[in-house]
Amino acid sequence: MGKNNKLQLIVDGIVKNNPTFVLVLGMCPTLGTTTSAINGLGMGLATMIVLILSNITISAISKIIPDKVRIPCYIVVIASFVTIVQLLLQAYVPVLYEALGIFLPLIVVNCVILGRAEAFANKNSVGDSALDGVGVGLGFTIALTAIGLVREILGSGSAFGWKFLSGDGMLAFVLAPGAFIVLAYLMVAFRKITKKA
Amino acid sequence: MEILLIFISAIFVNNVVLSQFLGVCPFLGVSKKVGTAIGMTAAVTFVMAIATLVTYLLQYHVLVPLHIEFLQTVSFILVIASLVQMVEIIIKKISPSLYQALGIFLPLITTNCVVLGVAIQVVSNEYDFGAGAHMLGLGQSLLFAIATAIGYGLALILFAGIREQLELSNVPKAFKGVPIALLTAGIMALAFMGFSGLV
Repeated sequence: MGKNNKLQLIVDGIVKNNPTFVLVLGMCPTLGTTTSAINGLGMGLATMIVLILSNITISAISKIIPDKVRIPCYIVVIASFVTIVQLLLQAYVPVLYEALGIFLPLIVVNCVILGRAEAFANKNSVGDSALDGVGVGLGFTIALTAIGLVREILGSGSAFGWKFLSGDGMLAFVLAPGAFIVLAYLMVAFRKITKKA
Repeated sequence: MEILLIFISAIFVNNVVLSQFLGVCPFLGVSKKVGTAIGMTAAVTFVMAIATLVTYLLQYHVLVPLHIEFLQTVSFILVIASLVQMVEIIIKKISPSLYQALGIFLPLITTNCVVLGVAIQVVSNEYDFGAGAHMLGLGQSLLFAIATAIGYGLALILFAGIREQLELSNVPKAFKGVPIALLTAGIMALAFMGFSGLV
């Protein structure tokens, strides 16, 4: 593959295969952790790290794994990396660890990661799988940050923690309903921009 | 009294899908028809009750005594994955008709984060039924799992009913499919917020 193709892998992950807006995978953390831009960014980065590491590992060992038990093997690989990320966050960024709560261990069952393992990493080279992880991870991070930013602006009148409106915003946008509604409108906007509709 | 609190809180106030965002993928995926929604609910309830039971015992009789709590995520997901496989095999032997009904939903459940989510929640000692957070007993944990599954089913079946209607209505092109479903879920979540003062 040439240099352009390598770049294309990353761009594809962000636009054509965007996990959130196009593939509609990993909805639980997308909705559950995006109460603010920082939380969305944190969740996106944590997922991206696990995704890159698991893509690399799975593509490296895919020839050794028997075909019939591949899904459990992938899950064990992913769960180990999730545990590592979980312990690191708990030690160095406890604020984020608290904010992400149960969604941190739940990265294990994030279908984005298992989906990329099954659809890409087990039949491509280690390098390409790493790039795919970077691309899809970036796509996921950008989507989560965008949702978090919109919800934070509407819900609490601030952006990345910087408050520009006094008083409370529309609380519903920080709570559950806002997550669904903001994601729906951002998805429509993404479709319009990429000319899918 | 506490049983009632567990049920009302898990089904309405802290509905898994509409206020905690667990299991949203299958919520969007298998909610196009009421029939499939009912099948999925049955399968989830079944697996979740067993999974919670097993992971609870695993946590308090293996992980905690051996001080290897950090293996929680890995061991829980392994237990759930193998449990799903086992349940599938057993149902296939014992009741082929039930297998026919649940069959296609069972493998999907491994990646349904409701099961792992609830298993982690019951051992995290942070669950608050209005009486202050405390460690849940085995019975309470089981009740909580079943109540959560009922809440999941309620949201799923209601949502499927609405989506059957949506199929027939004229939706703007860019909103077709997932976006309109998400908007519907958002409005349902607003409605469920009305329960928030109950417990």
